[in-house]
Amino acid sequence: MAKTDSLQGTLDLLVLTLLARRPRLHGYSIMAAIAEMSEDVLRAEEGSLYPALHRMEEAGWIRAEWVKKESGRRTRVYELTKAGKSQLAAEELRWQTVTSAVNRILRMA
Amino acid sequence: MSFWSRIANVFRSERVNCDIEEEFASHIDEAISQGRDPAEARRALGNALRQREKSHDLRVIPWLDSVRADVIFGWRQLKRNRVTSAAAVLSLALAIGACTTAFRLIDALLWRPLPVAHPERLYVLSRKGMGFDNKPGEWDSWAYPDFQLMRTAAKGKAELIAISYADRADVTYKTDQEMEKAMVQHVFGWMFPSFEIQPAAGRLFTESDDRTPEAAPYAVISYDYWNRRFGRDPGVVGHTFHYGDGVYQIIGVSEKKFTGTEPGIVVDIFIPTMMHRSVTRQDSTWFRTLAVAEPGAAIEPLREMLAAVNHAFEANRLSGETGLSPVTLQNVLKNQMRLEPAPTGASEMQRGYRQALAAIGALVLMVLLIACANVANLMAAKTAARAREMALRVSIGAGRLRLVRLVLAESALLALLSSAGGALFSWWSAPLVVSMINPRDNPARLILPADWRVLGFGMTLITGVVLLFGLLPALRASSVRPVNALQGGEEPHARQRLMHGMIAAQVSFCFLVVFVAGLFVSSFERLANKPTGFSAERLLLLETTSRPAQPSTYWDQVADHLRGVPGVERVSQAGWPLLKGIGWNDSISVNGAPPSVDLAYFLNVSPGWLETMKIPLLEGRDFRESDSYPQAAIVNETFARKFLQDAHPVGRWFEKASDDASRERMQVLGVVRDAYYSSIRTMLPVVFVPLHHRDPTGRMTSLSEGTFIVRTASSNPLALSSMLREEVSRARPEFHVSNVRTQQELNEGQTIRERLLATLALFFAVVAWLLAGIGLYGVLIYSVIQRQREIGIRMALGAQAGDIVRPVVGATLYAVALGSILGLGAGLVSTRFIESLLYQAKSSDASMVAIPCLAMGLAVMMAVAPAVVRALRTNPVSLLRAE
Repeated sequence: MAKTDSLQGTLDLLVLTLLARRPRLHGYSIMAAIAEMSEDVLRAEEGSLYPALHRMEEAGWIRAEWVKKESGRRTRVYELTKAGKSQLAAEELRWQTVTSAVNRILRMA
Repeated sequence: MSFWSRIANVFRSERVNCDIEEEFASHIDEAISQGRDPAEARRALGNALRQREKSHDLRVIPWLDSVRADVIFGWRQLKRNRVTSAAAVLSLALAIGACTTAFRLIDALLWRPLPVAHPERLYVLSRKGMGFDNKPGEWDSWAYPDFQLMRTAAKGKAELIAISYADRADVTYKTDQEMEKAMVQHVFGWMFPSFEIQPAAGRLFTESDDRTPEAAPYAVISYDYWNRRFGRDPGVVGHTFHYGDGVYQIIGVSEKKFTGTEPGIVVDIFIPTMMHRSVTRQDSTWFRTLAVAEPGAAIEPLREMLAAVNHAFEANRLSGETGLSPVTLQNVLKNQMRLEPAPTGASEMQRGYRQALAAIGALVLMVLLIACANVANLMAAKTAARAREMALRVSIGAGRLRLVRLVLAESALLALLSSAGGALFSWWSAPLVVSMINPRDNPARLILPADWRVLGFGMTLITGVVLLFGLLPALRASSVRPVNALQGGEEPHARQRLMHGMIAAQVSFCFLVVFVAGLFVSSFERLANKPTGFSAERLLLLETTSRPAQPSTYWDQVADHLRGVPGVERVSQAGWPLLKGIGWNDSISVNGAPPSVDLAYFLNVSPGWLETMKIPLLEGRDFRESDSYPQAAIVNETFARKFLQDAHPVGRWFEKASDDASRERMQVLGVVRDAYYSSIRTMLPVVFVPLHHRDPTGRMTSLSEGTFIVRTASSNPLALSSMLREEVSRARPEFHVSNVRTQQELNEGQTIRERLLATLALFFAVVAWLLAGIGLYGVLIYSVIQRQREIGIRMALGAQAGDIVRPVVGATLYAVALGSILGLGAGLVSTRFIESLLYQAKSSDASMVAIPCLAMGLAVMMAVAPAVVRALRTNPVSLLRAE
């Protein structure tokens, strides 16, 4: 199966889900986790990941914090907020609705 | 992140960018440590700058961020030309400040509703028509019995409220030696409840305080007076004071916001109308009547009904034998009742200064427009100089709106700086102008708060100003065509046309301001330098009261005592000083004829008064101690001419016919040269009568008020005032000086409004002239610089000086000429609106037109000279080499 980055509309859901399971991830590990868990099927491009993170931060779904790494560099880690949890639920519901609808169509066809 | 944090981020933009940068750096670090190729990781992250922009925009409010950038850029632009920017800010600040001051004064006097329950339902009653003096006019004073009839009739439709003219009177809290002045006003008891004014302490009047004459010797003091005089001592309630012949008890303090219903005056003490001595008199009018209409009441039927009641009252009062001529009677009964909305109250100052303030407002608006035109030209020149930069911005993708915003930001910055300066200027100047109104010992007091009204006006003004001087250059800058600009200049003539249009506008405003200022100054000069007919030199006036009223022989004793004081040359007495503005008039009957339609004016004076005032006796003799009122009279030339048709009337008799039909026979003892009586504007027929007054039984009557007129030896009569004050009371303890003034002050008091107008107009004329001159200079120099290349080439080709100067100066001179003609036209039209403020100054006067012409000519010369010199000094060689 070809790699796809057609994550349109699902990137938020993926990021929120990941952060719900594993809090305090930084940008790179979110990207790596998406690739790893989808067995490289899904890839979040850096070009869309960071704007998405900043947008969700803006919306108040996630919050960011600077932490020091052993190397001395600071890195920015993200975690889910309360608003993010309910957003995740909403996104999940939307995803289920959409996929089941698509599945229904596929089965009928 | 909230909206606020996004706003905050706008102002810490660098920080936000650094954060984003650092996050990306750590991302690449991570990637490398995971074994990815550094170059590949960087490439994967994409164009860092673009990424940053995208994330940055998410974390700030983009438009606010760009405004911030524009403002910073504008500030740098302003800083680049410090001197011109400072000049622009200064001139705008002055103009904005002056406009704000004019607004504050006009608002405080004429527009601001009174702080009462329903100002929109307030009306003031007045009568319009021919007066008892047979002159047309409008009067808002009423007699109390008439008021009571109208009030009863209006029940259910409106509540009528009587409010007397505030009187600057003597009050004493302890002994008579500690007499002080306070603004006292008689108000109808129902006033406070119907205005819904609350007490700040104690209680206020109710209707029951105002039912029977002399029954309620109570007073309510204003909050302002409470604060000023008593330091807000709550124990003041219950205090008593003397006023007039009575003792009053303070029962309360009125609410802070309420300062009376007469803008220009802040009332200190309110007293019930029933305590006024004229409250039962039908023939004495002494108060204004305000009407508070009931909600939804129709005004015109109300007016008609009040008119009918008033007419019946007057007809009844004036029926039977009176001292009035039949013509006057008819005229007076034909007076029209008026019921005008008065949400801002009613005051003399409103009447006297409405037009004057409007005129000043118009002048300062012109000055503002001139200043705006200057700054607009400055901005236009600046943006022209930045044409290349603008072109570059357009070529790399800046939108038109973005460029407009860029230039407007600079204008807004200028306007904001100026408005800060303007606010300071207004804060300082508004009270100053108010203090110039009214005489020194009784200055006008206007409440000048800095509230949302003023703020709103300021904001509107600034927005207007920015649009006025910023929008046109901004639009012009934004319409730049990169191709033209980058090729080395676009068509310069369009820009020149704009500038010359501005110059024409500027010149016409300036011409108008100078023209009107000339009229005001000339009016003032004519009035102030008018011979009064008497000498005010070294005259000190001691306005004196005696309690109880004292026989006139005692008054003479006091005068005698004063004559012994060192430094005093002469002492005489009069009922009141000339030009104090008050009068006593009656009809005249000669040889038993019916009373005259025109009135004669009277003043009682002591023997020697004529000499003290240096009014020359033309024939006959002065009064002697033995002369008394009635019988003896000295008349002025106007009286002799008008009533006796006789230049040599000594020995003739005439009768003084009073309203109450009594007649007093008088014989002319002397004729004096005309001198102004109550106003310097009109010469009245005057009869001087002796101070000694005998009633019909031959008994000498007593006087409670009079004025000692003292000619001092020193040139500063006021130096003696405190000593003379004491000497009066020392001579007889029943006498107290209530006011000390110089005759000079009274003379100047006649021209206060004219002086104010002349001073302010002159000031703004100079400012307007300077600004217009600077504007001219700027445009001329600019056009020389613009044409420098052309001038250089022409010089190199051997052009004569005249040929070089003509194109540079020609168009500007044309604009100046056009502007002057427009200004003159506007000036001639404007005189119609300010006619009542002028005195003998005619716009058709050649000198009135010559002054602004000369001023403009001078400005042109001073502006043209440097530009011509600069043009002629152009060195073609160095210029062409530089190209």
